[in-house]
Amino acid sequence: MNERSAAVSMHGVGLRDWLLSNAPHSGFQARCQRFYLAWLIFRRNPIAMIGLVITLGLVLVAIFAPWITSTNGLQPELMNRLQPGSSEHWFGTDELGRDIFDRIVWGSRITLYIVGLVGMIVVPIGLVVGTVAGYMGGYVDNVLMRITDIFLAFPRLILALALMAALGPSLENAVLAIAVTTWSPYARIARAEALTIRNSEFIMAAQMQGASTAGILYRHVMPLCISSVIVRLTLDMAGIILTAAGLGFLGLGAQPPTPEWGAMISTGRQFLLDQWWVPTVPGIAIFVVSLGFNLLGDGLRDVLDPKSGE
Amino acid sequence: MAEGATSIPQSVGSGSGPAPRSFARAASGVLFTLLLTFLGLTAVTFVIGRVMPVDPVLAIVGDRASQDVYDKVYQDLGLDRPLYEQFGRYLWKLAHGDLGVSIMTTNPVAEDIVRFFPATMELATVATLMGVFIGVPMGVLAAVRQGRWPDHIVRVVGLFGYSVPVFWLGMVALLIFYAKLDWVAGPGRLDVFYDGIVEPVTGILMIDAALMKEWEIFRNALSHLILPATILGTYSLAYIARMTRSFMLDQLNQEYVLTARVKGLSEWDVIWRHAFRNVLVQLITIIGLTYASLLEGSVLTETVFAWPGIGQYITISLFNSDMNSVLGGTIVVGVSFIGINMLSDLLYKWVDPRAR
Repeated sequence: MNERSAAVSMHGVGLRDWLLSNAPHSGFQARCQRFYLAWLIFRRNPIAMIGLVITLGLVLVAIFAPWITSTNGLQPELMNRLQPGSSEHWFGTDELGRDIFDRIVWGSRITLYIVGLVGMIVVPIGLVVGTVAGYMGGYVDNVLMRITDIFLAFPRLILALALMAALGPSLENAVLAIAVTTWSPYARIARAEALTIRNSEFIMAAQMQGASTAGILYRHVMPLCISSVIVRLTLDMAGIILTAAGLGFLGLGAQPPTPEWGAMISTGRQFLLDQWWVPTVPGIAIFVVSLGFNLLGDGLRDVLDPKSGE
Repeated sequence: MAEGATSIPQSVGSGSGPAPRSFARAASGVLFTLLLTFLGLTAVTFVIGRVMPVDPVLAIVGDRASQDVYDKVYQDLGLDRPLYEQFGRYLWKLAHGDLGVSIMTTNPVAEDIVRFFPATMELATVATLMGVFIGVPMGVLAAVRQGRWPDHIVRVVGLFGYSVPVFWLGMVALLIFYAKLDWVAGPGRLDVFYDGIVEPVTGILMIDAALMKEWEIFRNALSHLILPATILGTYSLAYIARMTRSFMLDQLNQEYVLTARVKGLSEWDVIWRHAFRNVLVQLITIIGLTYASLLEGSVLTETVFAWPGIGQYITISLFNSDMNSVLGGTIVVGVSFIGINMLSDLLYKWVDPRAR
């Protein structure tokens, strides 16, 4: 036993040394070190850690949904309508007798789906528009940034509503509408980063070696812009979740019987007075998750970009 | 969170060189951007109007009309013309205040909006005022007592305001303060039996009631307004308090504050007459931004509180496939949103020469 624990602790010390050594031997080690140092700073911030725990919790709940729940949250069970919370139904049941806890758990997948999809659309668009504008400069920059400014100045929720009117209500269209109204700040951030990178020596070196513009943008400029874009995305996550829930609440997002949290509040509204838990519990879920993302975003910003913190 | 809010003062009227520019030049830059943005807004609504699944001709003639009638209306609407010409006509109509006719109410959309907009303005104005009168002192206090409990309270309020779904908060507030405690009046702008007594002069009920000296109606309107305005105000409060705090922190670390303290001025004078004065200009911009975002952000609150404002008008029209009303509402809200933003930006440039 002694031998084994000694081996473990040896390994532990070895790993720590490897992560903190002053002379990394490989690019991989250097990258790991960067992450580890960021983690050490991040770990000291208790509020950010709470955010991380909530966010990880959401991901775990979404992954393990089939094992946590006893139903798929879709089948009506009319005998059990509007039951208050009990040991069998932790958060009670809704107007069709479906277990609210199960629906919340399955709904976490939809929340992650929305956030992930919006991120996957918005980040590449923002990166491409921003880095191209910043790196190329001049005429291209002017045109691209004018377009970005126009989108930046738009009222977002109303524009999303108008888009939904044209596209018709559905979850994917809600994601699209949110993405169309959210990409512009990412382009601005990426441009600002690209402007500072453009004149560095390693870019000149790459240019002299004959690298193509697209290659330089993709290999050298974009990777350096990503961290600030990611921080912004984490800070925006809560806003995206709230907008999606709002669209769902208005009946424009996911359609019943999908257990989308905003839509659950909307259908539960009529039971507010007598069965308060039906619309209240999904609201708490939305609140906790967006709080988690907000805390995490604040923490990440402090770690990756200490200048802009308050 | 503060979407684009902090970037707008720098972003607008870009292309500024290092040389100091006159206010007139800065203003013309802002105006140019304003026009371009309006053009962009109309282009977007035009495109949305074109790709919508609802056939605008069918919406007018119905699906039993003969092909001749259909073709006639198709031509009357100008749908056979090239796109740029259609867009030109669209702009021409917009410039003359013609937003088309609402299918749902059969009124011109512009008339409908004139009727519904004041309700939204009333709500957003009171919510912004709440944010200013509570948020600014809170932010100042948080900056002065940095790291201590007033600071923590501002942080918690901020996190709450940014994380809570506003429509849900409104619902819960209705449950507690209206249904259970009966402290405030319920959804809508007035109790039913007060409806239609007050002549709409400004459209803002509390002002109209006060003009007619109907104090009972005034009280009733206030009792209806207080809850939705507070809910909406939570967001503006969070934002304004946080921004005030960070602006004040910047100022309090400056040397002139130290000088003022060394001179022996009272703490009150140092904070309010020296540091706060320099924050004022930035604050005006922030308040403008908040007001604009509340104008559009009231959509969800209006739905929860059955508040007959522009947001509710847009959502109800949306479900009736009434595109003219949806796009008309979008344009009006968009124009006021963009207008207020640019105005506060202009004000900033006017008052603070460094911003030019």
